Amino acid sequence: MISRAFDFLSRRIDGPLMVSLVLTLALGLTVVYSASGGASFDRVLGQGRNIAIAATALWVVANIPPQALMRLAVPIYSAGLVLLIGVALFGEVRNGARRWLNLGFTTVQPSEAMKIAVPLVLAWYFHRHQEAIKLRDYAVAAILLALPVGLVVRQPDLGTALLIFASGFFVIFLAGLSWKVLATLFATGLASLPLLWGMLHDYQRRRVLTLLDPSEDPLGAGYHIIQATIAIGSGGVLGKGWLNGTQAQLDFVPERSTDFILAVFGEEFGLAGNLLLITLYVLIVARGLMIAANASTTFARLTAGAVTLTFFTYAFVNMGMVSGILPVVGVPLPMVSYGGTALLSILVGFGILMSISTHKQLVSS
Amino acid sequence: MSVGLTLRDQRAELNVFRQRLMVAGLLALAALGVLVVRFVWLQVIQSEHFHTLAEANRISVVPVVPNRGLILDRNGEVLAANYSAYTLEITPSKVENVERAIEELSKVIEVAPRDRRRFKRLQEESKNFESLPIRTRLTEEEVAKFAVNRYRFPGFEIKARLFRSYPHGDIASHAVGYIGRINEADVGRIEEQGATTNYKGTNHIGKLGIEGAYEKELHGTTGSERVEIDAGGRAIRALSRAEPQSGNNLMVTLDIKLQRAAEEAFQEYRGALVALDPKTGDVLALVSKPGFDPNLFVDGIDPANWDALNSSADKPLNNRALRGQYPPGSTIKPFLALAALATGKRTPEQTIFDPGHWMLPGVSRPFRDWKPGGHGTVNLHKSIVVSCDTYYYGLANDLGVDAIHRFMTQFGFGSRTGVDIDGELAGLQPSTDWKWQRFKQRWYAGDTISVGIGQGYWLATPLQLAASVATLANGGTSVRPRLVRAVQDARTQEVREIPVAQGEAVAVKPEHLELVKAAMIDVTRPGGTATRAAQGAPYLIAGKTGTAQVVAMKSGEKYDEKRVRERHRDHALFIAYAPADDPKIALAVLVENGGHGGSTAAPIARAVLDFHLLGKRTAPRLPAGDPEAEGD
Repeated sequence: MISRAFDFLSRRIDGPLMVSLVLTLALGLTVVYSASGGASFDRVLGQGRNIAIAATALWVVANIPPQALMRLAVPIYSAGLVLLIGVALFGEVRNGARRWLNLGFTTVQPSEAMKIAVPLVLAWYFHRHQEAIKLRDYAVAAILLALPVGLVVRQPDLGTALLIFASGFFVIFLAGLSWKVLATLFATGLASLPLLWGMLHDYQRRRVLTLLDPSEDPLGAGYHIIQATIAIGSGGVLGKGWLNGTQAQLDFVPERSTDFILAVFGEEFGLAGNLLLITLYVLIVARGLMIAANASTTFARLTAGAVTLTFFTYAFVNMGMVSGILPVVGVPLPMVSYGGTALLSILVGFGILMSISTHKQLVSS
Repeated sequence: MSVGLTLRDQRAELNVFRQRLMVAGLLALAALGVLVVRFVWLQVIQSEHFHTLAEANRISVVPVVPNRGLILDRNGEVLAANYSAYTLEITPSKVENVERAIEELSKVIEVAPRDRRRFKRLQEESKNFESLPIRTRLTEEEVAKFAVNRYRFPGFEIKARLFRSYPHGDIASHAVGYIGRINEADVGRIEEQGATTNYKGTNHIGKLGIEGAYEKELHGTTGSERVEIDAGGRAIRALSRAEPQSGNNLMVTLDIKLQRAAEEAFQEYRGALVALDPKTGDVLALVSKPGFDPNLFVDGIDPANWDALNSSADKPLNNRALRGQYPPGSTIKPFLALAALATGKRTPEQTIFDPGHWMLPGVSRPFRDWKPGGHGTVNLHKSIVVSCDTYYYGLANDLGVDAIHRFMTQFGFGSRTGVDIDGELAGLQPSTDWKWQRFKQRWYAGDTISVGIGQGYWLATPLQLAASVATLANGGTSVRPRLVRAVQDARTQEVREIPVAQGEAVAVKPEHLELVKAAMIDVTRPGGTATRAAQGAPYLIAGKTGTAQVVAMKSGEKYDEKRVRERHRDHALFIAYAPADDPKIALAVLVENGGHGGSTAAPIARAVLDFHLLGKRTAPRLPAGDPEAEGD
């Protein structure tokens, strides 16, 4: 009876991936506890609830076969796009950005869903045209990608836009867009940087400039980076110990339980902790790439690859910004930062990976 | 569409996909490699540097202000003490609208108009981020009332602070001085002394008198506390503490009871009195009337009191004992007599005839004696006892101003006594050189004649007069007046005596000194100018009266006190020491516009001598209303 229940629960779960995820989430909880001052369990309990919800979503998605997911791709994408337009028209403004839509019973942030919807819909599109993918198809894919990215950039939410763009770009890249075109695009991108610079908001430009020289503005935008690097650097090789980070516990690290939680972790657990975390991420990404490599359909391959690489981008962008080598964009540290929305989209992504990994035989037979 | 083709296509597509996946994976690894390098850079290579920065972030060194040393009189009576009290302070930079906030505050606890004015004044004088008191000496109840409402008052803080108090109020105010808030000039001085670190956290500094001059002893050494602070600057916990070291206590030479007796003896008169121990130069009493209440300055004086003190015609802030420069009048006659004997210009037996005036050869204008008709035949002894002006007109003429200058310089005239508090003025001992340098004019013979009776250009401070009479009493050895005789180490309680400054012997023969002293004793006996004031004293007093003109009188004009406005009346002076056979106290009294020395200044001196030598309080018999002229 118990074994049957276990079988029911674990049938669509990928073992190696799940173990890595659980370890990372557990690590995240300990850091969230420390980042909330180590005096109350409120944040840990809150994050535990977030994990429970996201894990349930993972399980549900893992139990949906890839074919069904493919059929859902267009409806999800369309709904997401409509909601994004809704945000642009009626969205709530918080902290100077229009990202939230009030649906009456709850407020949602549709841009999050797009991190999943975009790779799904692009993978679906390339799957349909797999016999002969022409340059025109890449153009269509580019439009499908550009629409949500453009809407999110306008909110403005550079971090999310970047991740949506990455998720879509990975699909296009994996679908085999020729190196020549890629090189041309890259060159054009570089050439249009000045144009892009002109389109950036003042605060976004400041962030880039601050990255180049944080000391320029030590009490303003540079403060985050300076204090975060002090925290990480002062952690040394073995760290100051759990709950003992002075930068973290005395509030010098800003947004210490969300975007800058790596500073808390790096201070308290040192280089050893950072390497452990990177190792966990490498395990997750490696397993994801393996699943993608062994997936049986184009849709499954592209989706799995894009979801995995997007996850990697997530982790890299956050670690890069907190350690001061990338500009500050609002990207949390995946599965460690406090917060439910990002966690939900990440675990749903892994749900898709598990679905692909566990439904393989059925499809290929 | 054949199956084979599809399979081949699929295989080709799979190959492309896997190849792309490989590339992506390798790029990801490379990116992670960059991150690892970055972490190694931060956490291994630069770790030390960041550790230092993190420590600097969290550790704040807070100064712990030492207790200021006490000031005790010669009998251990406290003249300046500390007490702890609550103050309510405002940091203006943290308050949006200070005036409105104070208005709100006044609904919670009482804020007097005086408090507001003082706060405003402090605000003008200090920087925006300094914490300034709006209310001092809060009661426990007021502290509680404020605490309940404190959330409404950001930038307001209750602080427990040490305050200075001067329990004797305006008694000895000029000697003890006061402390006040550190101003820009003080900051400059502190920087010059390299004491900036020691003054971190200190708000007050000695400004005047002993408080000012002995600031170094009184202040103590500031301690420090290493405190862990959070990003908002709030103290979380103390890490370590270096205890401050309290300032040293000062044992002062003053006898506060004697001081009080002296100040009371002045009644409503303005003036100064300096009483010294002639052997050591210890200042027993240092009076400058009117005084002021030094307590007013402690938490910042309010503008009304400040203006009152500054604009008063009585100049209560001026320390007359050190800074009042007056013509010494006839009080210098004993010294001139010594000069006459020392230079051989006069013998004790030599007499002159005083017809009531003296004529300078070649000048038609007569120099008048204070006594119409003159004193008749006068020798050196009598010249002092009756204060014969004519005798000294001729003597001064014979000595010449430069010889007078040389002789008087030995007694300290014309230079600072070197008393151990600041602000002393040097007076003026005129000479031909001085006049040339000052006015580019040559010295006239007539100038010397006025100097002979302590008028003209000659100016002396009461402190100088006291020091010079102490030199007489001391058998011709000069003394340096001092207000602090010992320092008690705050930590060891050990008392370190300050050695008495070695005096210099004045070039006078003992027998000459005895002659002059005998004459000074007779000044206070029947027939002398201070007879009345000395009546019934069970000890011998040696003294000399003096009267100093405030406005130059036209010659031939009869000087009538009643007609001249009070402020233009003569200053009354008296110098004395007692007991004359074994001097224990030497003093100089100056009463501004007091009339004659014998009638106004000598009775004050008598009260002080009585108190010091007999320990009893006697009311001085000062002339009431119309002072009966008792001579010079």
